Amino acid sequence: MKLTDLTISQAHEGLKKKEFSALELCRAYLDKIKEKNREIFAFLTVNEELALSQAKKIDNSISGGKKISVLTGIPVAIKDNMLVEGVKCTAASKMLEHFIDPYDATVVKKLKDEDCVILGKTNLDEFAMGSSTENSAFGPTRNPHDLTRVPGGTSGGSAAAVAADMAVYALGSDTGGSVRQPASFCGVVGLKPTYGAVSRYGLIAFASSLDQIGPITKTVEDCKTVFDAISGKDELDSTSVESKIRNSKFEIRNLKLGVPKEYFVKGLDPEIEKLVKAAIKKYEEMGAKIEEVSLPHAEYALPAYYIINPSEASANLARYDGIKYGFSVQEGKDLMDVYLKTKGEGFGEEVRRRIMLGTYSLSAGYYEAYYLRAQKVRTLVKNDFDKVFEKVDALLGPVSPVLPFKIGERIADPLSMYLVDVYTVSINLVGLPALSLPCGKVGKLPVGLQIIGKPFEENKILDIGKTFEETWTS
Amino acid sequence: MISKEEVKHIAKLARLGLSEKEIEKMREELSKILDYIEKLKEVDVSKVEPTSHSIKVENVMRADESLKSKVQNSKLVEMAPDTKDGFVKVKSILGR
Repeated sequence: MKLTDLTISQAHEGLKKKEFSALELCRAYLDKIKEKNREIFAFLTVNEELALSQAKKIDNSISGGKKISVLTGIPVAIKDNMLVEGVKCTAASKMLEHFIDPYDATVVKKLKDEDCVILGKTNLDEFAMGSSTENSAFGPTRNPHDLTRVPGGTSGGSAAAVAADMAVYALGSDTGGSVRQPASFCGVVGLKPTYGAVSRYGLIAFASSLDQIGPITKTVEDCKTVFDAISGKDELDSTSVESKIRNSKFEIRNLKLGVPKEYFVKGLDPEIEKLVKAAIKKYEEMGAKIEEVSLPHAEYALPAYYIINPSEASANLARYDGIKYGFSVQEGKDLMDVYLKTKGEGFGEEVRRRIMLGTYSLSAGYYEAYYLRAQKVRTLVKNDFDKVFEKVDALLGPVSPVLPFKIGERIADPLSMYLVDVYTVSINLVGLPALSLPCGKVGKLPVGLQIIGKPFEENKILDIGKTFEETWTS
Repeated sequence: MISKEEVKHIAKLARLGLSEKEIEKMREELSKILDYIEKLKEVDVSKVEPTSHSIKVENVMRADESLKSKVQNSKLVEMAPDTKDGFVKVKSILGR
């Protein structure tokens, strides 16, 4: 087996048994990046020197007899909207093209505490706005399974890096599906944790009531390892909460799984429907009780999301004003000119669109008709989930209604891009945890199954995912 | 359909400099998205409270004491495009 095929647990075993060194492991991944990044463009920045020196340090402490944790020496890729001290963080925007991070994000600090090896920063849609990674100011990432297609977004670089063996695992962020959908498109595992389970400190803010950081890995087991390492309350993020770790022990024959009927309607690719239904059938064969459930407001989640998300974004992105840091156009006669030119030239098209949409929804005369109404619909969407979760343990459904699409296919029509998020955004509106894991392929294109859980029941959905993964890999 | 004047007004509120061509394109795109969002009007929300935060949390308080910054102030000020004597410098605000 090649070093670049390893999962976290396999690489950890190898390091522990001294079958290879952390330096050899790191070199294997850097070589792979050199070989593949040119065509896939998953990485925006590769920290070769930093990664190698980190790996050497780890080897020294291993040979010195230090006990290592499961993430020690394991090469990781970080989405380029999370801060790593001393390294560039661009958010794939011209606005932050030369921005060097003054401190570490909490998730990065937690991984550094485990002596991880950070390979580099991965590509994304600018400021994490999009569904295909085509909105990056530095060029699109390509899907490793078919280079003419998108890897999904916005954590497309992270998902493609893991899928193409350029990293053992990666961190992504999920505001409306940005971990789950690229994981689905690239055939890897992605978890969007419960809102508050993982600190957002040092994650470039996009839509603060929706953003969560999550792992992208090759297996469900790895996903759990990374989630355990990055989760927990952080005094630097007042919305973070201590994980109320719930015992997830269950017997599959006692499990009740709901299938929302609103998720299997017109617009869902029949090939995807077939694979997701086959996965549901498999759970039934294993003894789980499958129940059709209803989320009556499902169709209103997407329009509500596309009010709430841009509204929060327009407030968060007001900080990029050409005064404090980042891109700045200093010409002009007064401060107003600096603002107008900096924002006009520094932001790409989708970011400008969301700022406009959000500003419109929040402006005098429109606030009640748009923003407030969307927040009320959000309550109804939440009530729907609360109600079905009185009856079932978890929900099963598709991640995306469409297969990975061609680069350029949707980019000219913003609304067609938004519609891709139909099965993922409601989870963020309600703050639930959800897992995306591979459930088959159409030709060479991967399809993901989404498992949605109750708040703070990450362990349960991971275990439910694992039972399926075991039948799938065996 | 959103008007050209509205687009200009919103762009000004957002401090976003748009060219005439961009304003027209933005008008078309925003109109299409807002038409889709009209769908929300089908929902009866007359007796519904809004949700701004999905997971219930309590306000987090700490003692009202100044904390020493973990990042050096000078390191942050240096990131500004224009500084003077350790302060961030901006262009004139009034008096055109």
